[in-house]
Amino acid sequence: MVTLNTRPLQKFSKILGLGTARPDVVVTNDDVCEWIDSSDEWIRTRTGISTRHRADSETSAMDLAIAAARDALQRSAVPPEEIDGVIVSTISHPYATPSLAAKLAHEIGVSPAAAYDISAACAGYCYGVGQADALVRAGAARNVLVVGVEKLSDFIDNSERSISFLLGDGAGAVVVGPSEEAGIGPTVWGSDGSKWETINMTHSLLEVRNRDWISDPVREDEKVWPTLYQDGPTVFRWAAWEMAKVAQQALDEAGVSAEDLGAFVPHQANMRIIDQLVKTLKLPDHVVVGRDIADAGNTSAASVPLAARRLLDEHPELSGRLALQIGFGAGLVYAAQVVVLP
Amino acid sequence: MADKNEILAGLAEIVNEETGVETSDVQLEKSFTEDLDIDSISMMTIVVNAEEKFGVTIPDEEVKNLTTVGEAVDFIANAS
Ligand SMILES: CC(C)(COP(=O)(O)OP(=O)(O)OC[C@H]1O[C@@H](n2cnc3c(N)ncnc32)[C@H](O)[C@@H]1OP(=O)(O)O)[C@@H](O)C(=O)NCCC(=O)NCCS
Repeated sequence: MVTLNTRPLQKFSKILGLGTARPDVVVTNDDVCEWIDSSDEWIRTRTGISTRHRADSETSAMDLAIAAARDALQRSAVPPEEIDGVIVSTISHPYATPSLAAKLAHEIGVSPAAAYDISAACAGYCYGVGQADALVRAGAARNVLVVGVEKLSDFIDNSERSISFLLGDGAGAVVVGPSEEAGIGPTVWGSDGSKWETINMTHSLLEVRNRDWISDPVREDEKVWPTLYQDGPTVFRWAAWEMAKVAQQALDEAGVSAEDLGAFVPHQANMRIIDQLVKTLKLPDHVVVGRDIADAGNTSAASVPLAARRLLDEHPELSGRLALQIGFGAGLVYAAQVVVLP
Repeated sequence: MADKNEILAGLAEIVNEETGVETSDVQLEKSFTEDLDIDSISMMTIVVNAEEKFGVTIPDEEVKNLTTVGEAVDFIANAS
């Protein structure tokens, strides 16, 4: 029998460029209070959010993904023909199939790159970086584009009080490619499906299809379109304490101590979760912490790259330094890794 | 069953660390939200730290019933 050829392995990978897209519509806490019983003060003190950015009705998740991907490609200086894979993390692409990734690859001129979407909610960007790192080092792709994109405003009900007021839209993208030195540490990732209900949709599309609309007509204020809801306190407890353990494990597996970090870029879910993580991880003062949530709200898969881009713009000296990044959310799912910032 | 005075003292320390409220102000009849001005999220932190300190489990559903310091002390005493 012949022996099969395999592709040569790469020793290391790294992030080569990071791009973003921030939509224009600014939604203030006062705007939110037109829709729900709340106050600017309550939202600021409980979540740290002052505004969130949302896309207008003309702008799709695809548009945001294209803008962020082009920005990342340009910053990475990798020619389009050398991108062999496109991984898009999103929960707000309005088609079960075909993927956002396949059309994105075509639009930005990287076809015939392998292209697929993943559903890992707010952990999706870090899931994608973990996959890209594995694909590049395994020789399965020379360079991989990872995009976290959400137009969550299409999947919320503004009059709902558990999650909608937290959420914004946006996109972030990175190009991951081969490297002489390790630029992406081991990804610590996992799931806890016992908490599947804690962040979920109000109902499935099958329930919409199967409902007898004659005998059970739409009630006043009812939203037929499935939207997000959550059990906030349960998610808070999980995120603020369980995720500190995951983040610590990512540091340990990378052989890095908190002292060695330049930045900490957690998923932007709630400023009080971020504060608790910083405290539990005992991050020294010199570690710059991503706090983009104050203006951007929670943008799910886009939040980590949006926060990282902002840190790099505000502190250019962080380029080349180590950042601990962690995503966590609906599933529940989580992923963390230490990366060298581009 | 742990001594209630010890639990109160331990709880007061946790409250002080999270919120800056004086330990002497953390008294049995005080309401966490009304009297001590502790918000729901700080309350969660206090609960998690109390679980660790006293080796008990305080489920999310139970937290809503712990309005006063005394109720929390009783719950911890019975659970430990
Ligand atoms: C959503 C979240 C801000 C809610 O805060 P909370 O303090 O846990 O809120 P609770 O549900 O315990 O409610 C506490 C009080 O605030 C009120 N409240 C809840 N949501 C409110 C809102 N949006 N505006 C004003 N008041 C609100 C409740 O009515 C309750 O009032 P009461 O004590 O008078 O009955 C918080 O749980 C959170 O951020 N969780 C993490 C969620 C998350 O990050 N999810 C995404 C992960 S990817």
